[in-house]
Amino acid sequence: MPRLQVPPVSSVSLACTLAFALAAGIASAAGDGAIDFEKQIAPIFEDKCLNCHSGEKPKGKYSMVTREATFGDGLIVPGDPDDGDFYWLLITEDEDEMMPPPDNGGPLPDEQRELVRRWIEEGANWPDGLELGKAKGPDFSTEIQPILDKLSVEDREKLKAWIDAGALWPVDNPDTVELAEKIRELIVATSVEKVAEEMAAYTETISTTGVNFDLVPIPGGEFVMGSPESEPGRQPNEGPQHPVKISPFWMGKCEVTWDEYGPFMVSDDRRSKPGAKIYPDPDDTIVDMVSRPTKPFMPMNFGMPEKGHPAIAMTQHAASKYCEWLSAQTGHYYRLPTEAEWEYACRAGTSTAWSWGDDPAQAGEYAWFLDNANFQYQKVGVKMPNQWGLHDMHGNVGEWVLDFHRSDGYASLLDSGKVRENPWVMTDKLYPRSVRGGSWKDSPVGLRSSARLGSDTKWKMQDPQLPKSIWYHTEPRTLGFRVVRPLEIPDAATMFKMWNSGVEHDGTQE
Amino acid sequence: MNPPSKSPSKPAVDSRRDFLKKSSAATIAGAAASSLVFPTISRAEPFQGTIRVGLIGCGGRGSGAAAQALSADDNVQLAAVADVFEGQLEGSLANLRKKFGEKVTVGDGEKFLGLDAYQKVLDSNVDMVILTTPPGFRPMMLEAAIKAGKHVFCEKPVAVDAPGVRSVLQSAQSAKSKGLSLVCGFCWRYHDARREFFNRIHAGEIGEIQSMFSTYYTGPVKPMPPASRRPEGMADVAWQIKNWYNFGWLSGDSLAEQAVHSVDKIAWAMKDIDPVSAVATGGRQIPANGGNIYDHFHVIYEFPNKVLCHLGSRQQRGTYGENNDYIHGTKGTGTIANGCVIKSESGNWVDGPELQTDMYQAEHNHLFKSIREGGAVNDGEWMAHSTMLAIMGRMAAYTGQKITWEEALNSTHDLAPDDLKWDSEFTPDEMALPGRTKFV
Repeated sequence: MPRLQVPPVSSVSLACTLAFALAAGIASAAGDGAIDFEKQIAPIFEDKCLNCHSGEKPKGKYSMVTREATFGDGLIVPGDPDDGDFYWLLITEDEDEMMPPPDNGGPLPDEQRELVRRWIEEGANWPDGLELGKAKGPDFSTEIQPILDKLSVEDREKLKAWIDAGALWPVDNPDTVELAEKIRELIVATSVEKVAEEMAAYTETISTTGVNFDLVPIPGGEFVMGSPESEPGRQPNEGPQHPVKISPFWMGKCEVTWDEYGPFMVSDDRRSKPGAKIYPDPDDTIVDMVSRPTKPFMPMNFGMPEKGHPAIAMTQHAASKYCEWLSAQTGHYYRLPTEAEWEYACRAGTSTAWSWGDDPAQAGEYAWFLDNANFQYQKVGVKMPNQWGLHDMHGNVGEWVLDFHRSDGYASLLDSGKVRENPWVMTDKLYPRSVRGGSWKDSPVGLRSSARLGSDTKWKMQDPQLPKSIWYHTEPRTLGFRVVRPLEIPDAATMFKMWNSGVEHDGTQE
Repeated sequence: MNPPSKSPSKPAVDSRRDFLKKSSAATIAGAAASSLVFPTISRAEPFQGTIRVGLIGCGGRGSGAAAQALSADDNVQLAAVADVFEGQLEGSLANLRKKFGEKVTVGDGEKFLGLDAYQKVLDSNVDMVILTTPPGFRPMMLEAAIKAGKHVFCEKPVAVDAPGVRSVLQSAQSAKSKGLSLVCGFCWRYHDARREFFNRIHAGEIGEIQSMFSTYYTGPVKPMPPASRRPEGMADVAWQIKNWYNFGWLSGDSLAEQAVHSVDKIAWAMKDIDPVSAVATGGRQIPANGGNIYDHFHVIYEFPNKVLCHLGSRQQRGTYGENNDYIHGTKGTGTIANGCVIKSESGNWVDGPELQTDMYQAEHNHLFKSIREGGAVNDGEWMAHSTMLAIMGRMAAYTGQKITWEEALNSTHDLAPDDLKWDSEFTPDEMALPGRTKFV
C-alpha cells in the first residue's frame, strides 16, 4: 500500500496542525451536531478497519489502535479531510487503493464516510489515551448476511420481529446431538458385551452418587402383543393381538427409586426451564451437560416415604433425561423401554392376563395395588418377581414407556403378514404418551400385562406457572419408570432422538 | 368447576378485632378505623362488560395467574403488563398470546418496563390487576392498586416485614370500603379437599386442637449464583432483584416465601386467631453466596391455652423431603400427607378424587365471580395474618428471642426503603445471628 508511506513532516508543522485542531474542535463542539468520536467514529473503525489494522502485525504495517498510529505523519490532518490521505482512501474508486478493500467489505456507506469527513473537518478529536480494539461482534456483510440469505421470507420475518421485540438469546444448551456423540463414545469404549450369550445380570453403580441398582438380561424373541377379546377387563386399545419381534436388552430389576432419581432431580445449579445450567462451568463434564429438572417447589413424594420407594411425578421427558444422565456416567446405553419391549418383558413368555396367570386372587403375592398398598406406593422389590426376575411390573407405580399412545389400539400400525420388529410408535404430539403396568390405585384388572394408560394434560393441574414445567406431573402420583439397556448400541442420532422424544419446547404444547 | 360459594375463611370476630387493635393500622388509618372493624359493605356494584386485566410481574407464576384470570370469565382481556426484565415480559406475552389469542390485547403502548412500571399499569385503563412481583414490593403495589380503584389478585406472601403487613391491612380495609374485590394466592384455601378437611376440624370432629406439627422440608428453590456471575456494571438492586429469593427484603426469607403455605395451614387450623408468642431456631448451613436468607427453621407458635403449633422447614439438597401436617385433637387426629385423613372416635374420613380440584383456577373463578356480582370478596385480613405469622417466626429465629404477637405486629423494622432505583447501591441486612441480631 504505497500511499500509506507518507513522507515525514516536520515537528513544527505537526505542532501547528495540533493547535489548529484544538481550536477547530472547540469551535465545532459548540456548534450544532458535533461528532462524538467514541460514539460515532470509533465503532466504524472498530467494525470496518481494526480487523486488519491492529494487533502485532497490522496490514500495511498500519495500526489504528492509538491516535498517534492512526494519524501517522500527516495521514489525517485535523481540520482538513482533503489534506491527509486517510479520507482519500475512503472515497477513491480505485479498487487497488480503496479502504476497506473490495474483498474485505468494500467502501463504507456514504453516511459513514460523511461522518468521518465531518469528524476530520471538526478537528479529528480523539480523546487522550483512548485505544480502539477489534469489534466484538461478527461482521454483518461477510458473516451475518450469508446466514440471513439462507432463511425463508417467513423465517426472516419471525427473526426480525423477535429482534425488534428485544431479542434475548436463550441460555446456550450444550445438550445437543454432539453431546450424544460424546456419550456414545464413552458407551462404545465401556460396553464389553457384544452378543446375547455374554449378557448376564449385573449391578450398576451411579458414580456421581454411589447408588447401586440391579439389571437382569432379557433374551431376544418373538411374542404376541395385546390381549384377546375374551380377556376379562380387556379394553379396545389393547388389540388387535399381533406378533412382535424384540432384540435382547437388559431391564431394571425394579422401578427406579428416589435414591437413584432424587439426586438427578434436585441439582445444586440454577437451571433454565429447558434444564440447561444458567451458569455453565468450562470444566463441565458430559454428565454436567445433560439437561436436568428445574427445582420442584414442594416435595414431589406427596407425603410418601422415599428411601427404597419408587420415584414418581416426573414427565416422560424427565425420565428420558435421567436415562441420558445415567448413560453419561456409567458408559452403558440406558433409555426408557418401548411399549413393545415393556409388554414383552412383563409377559416374560406368558400369554395370560398377568404374568402369574389368569387368577386375580393371586395379585397380592405379586403386586401392590388398591387392596393392599394402603393408598400409597410401597418399597420396590418386595413382591414376587415375574419369570424373568422383574419385580413390580404389575402395580406399585405405573411405568413410562417411550411410545406415543394410539388410543385406538394397534390396528393402524399393522402391515398384514409382517411381524413388527422392535417397533417404536412416535409422533410430535405429546399427549397422550403411554404408561404401563398399573399402580397402587388400580384394581387387578388395571395391572394386566396388556393394560395401557395414556397421559393427560390434566396431570399438570397443580402447576401454577405458565409455561408449565416440562419436568413434573403433579397430579397422578402413580407415575414412575424403569430403565432398559439395549444390547445393540445405536448411532448418536438415534440416541439423541430417544432421549428427547418427550421434550416440550415451550411448555404449552398439548 | 364451581367457584367457592363464600370466602374460604371466616376468622373469629374477636380475633379480627384484636388483630386490628393491636396493629398500628388502626391508628394510622385514622378516623375511618375508629370502629376497629371493617365497614360493612356487603355488596358493591355489579360489573358488566369486559374486565380488563393488568399483569404486574411477568414471571412463571405471574404468567400462570394471568392464564387463570383469562380462563375465569368469558369477557376478560389482558390489557397491560409490567416487569423489570424485557425478555421476561415479552416471553410471558408470547406464551399468553399462544394460549389465548385475541384475549391478549396488550399493544406496545401497554407494555411497561422498570421499577415504576406498576404505576403505569394502574394509570392505564384496567379494572383488575395481578400482583406477582417478588413479595417485598407487594404492600406498596397493593396500596397503589387499591388507591387507583382496581380489583386485585395478589400472590402470597403479601409482605416481608411488619410495616408491610400493617400497610396491607390498611389497603385491605380501604378495598372493602371501596367495594373492591381482593383475593390472594394462599392457594390451599381454595382446594376442595383441604376446605373439607378444615371444615371438619372446625366442626369439632377431632375435638379441641391440642397441638399441630407442619413440615416443609424441600430442596433449595432458586440458589444464589456466586458473585463472579454478576455482570459487570449491574448495580446492587438489579442483581438482588434478579436473585430475589435470596434476599429477605425481597422474598421475606424461605419461611415467609415458601413455608408460609404451611404456616397458613396452622393459621387455618387455629381459625385465624392470634398466637400468643413464638420461639424459633434457624440458620444457614449451605453457603449463601452473598444472599441473606436462612435454609432451615423450626418455629413453635404458642396459641391461647398453651396449644403449641410446630413448623419445621428446610431447603437443603439431598435431605429428607416432606410437606405434611399433623393435627392432634382431644378426640382424634387430622393428617394431610398423601391426601387428607381424619381419624376420630366417631369414625374416619379420607378425601376422595372428586375433591382434587384445580385450586389455582378456583382462586380466580372466585375473584371474577365477585367482580361480576359486586361481591367485594376480601381475603385481606387473613392473608395479612398468615403472612405476619411467618414473619413473626422469622423474627424469633433471627433474634433468638421469644417474640410476642403484639411485639411482632408493631415491629418497626422496614427491610428496605420504598424508593430504591434499578441502579441503586443497596446493602441489605447482614445474615442474622441469633443472640446478636436485635429485635427492632
